[in-house]
Amino acid sequence: MLRSITKEAKTVDEAIRQALEELGIDKDQAEIEIISEGNKGLLGLIGSKNAVVKVTEKLNIELIVQEFLEPIFEKMAIEADMEITMEDGQMNIRLTGDDIGIVIGRRGETLDALQYLLSLVINRYTQDYTRVILDVADYRKKRAETLQRLARRVAEKVSRTRRNITLEAMNPYERRIIHSSLQGFPNVDTHSVGEEPNRKVVIRYAPGSGK
Amino acid sequence: MKELLEHIARSLVDHPEAVSVNEVEGEHSVILELKVSEDDMGKVIGKQGRIAKAIRTVMKASAIRENKRVVVEIIQ
Repeated sequence: MLRSITKEAKTVDEAIRQALEELGIDKDQAEIEIISEGNKGLLGLIGSKNAVVKVTEKLNIELIVQEFLEPIFEKMAIEADMEITMEDGQMNIRLTGDDIGIVIGRRGETLDALQYLLSLVINRYTQDYTRVILDVADYRKKRAETLQRLARRVAEKVSRTRRNITLEAMNPYERRIIHSSLQGFPNVDTHSVGEEPNRKVVIRYAPGSGK
Repeated sequence: MKELLEHIARSLVDHPEAVSVNEVEGEHSVILELKVSEDDMGKVIGKQGRIAKAIRTVMKASAIRENKRVVVEIIQ
């Protein structure tokens, strides 16, 4: 969690200085709220009031992401550049670099695992749930296009042969791509069967559906 | 490998100071015994072991360069 402390001192500057020191951060890493300016009182004796400030560590998402991923990349012996963008509460992290297929793993297995762990880490620090999408180059985008093509091809076959076809096991993200790409496709519908991680999409012959 | 598992576990738990990993090295494999605070067990295991599985997957991929098989065990 983000640390926050309230400090009291003779002057505002002094209170801020003490608070930053205690948190061990610089001024640009902090959010500072002045609760009371304090006042010197008469001759510095009567009615003097201390200044009170509240200093909160600023959330540095980029740093959190970097600190989490870097030791892993080091072990994998890769150097990856990171590009982080936020979009409607969704965080997109795009990795690029030479020879970083190791981050993707078999059918994106490693990438999904890293994405899941990263989302747990990030959501420990944020108030609202942040959806995290980790991608290597355009792996996910290309994979989505491949799945959409597969879905349409299989759906055409189902509607032609009137036989249901069960696809290979996929993760929830990939199944969702199949389901949504066949919404409105004539004469088939889709549902999933089986338990994770062997849950599979069934493309079913359903005359009249999708109209 | 030990440091990496410690790093991942510490990033997930509420009591990072209680995280420890014992490494048992074999010829072709490494067994990593992960120990966390009792309160944090759920944070490294997850619903239906989902977090533990993700940790194992990442550890496995990280061990590829060393040509070793990594076994992560979470112990009480």
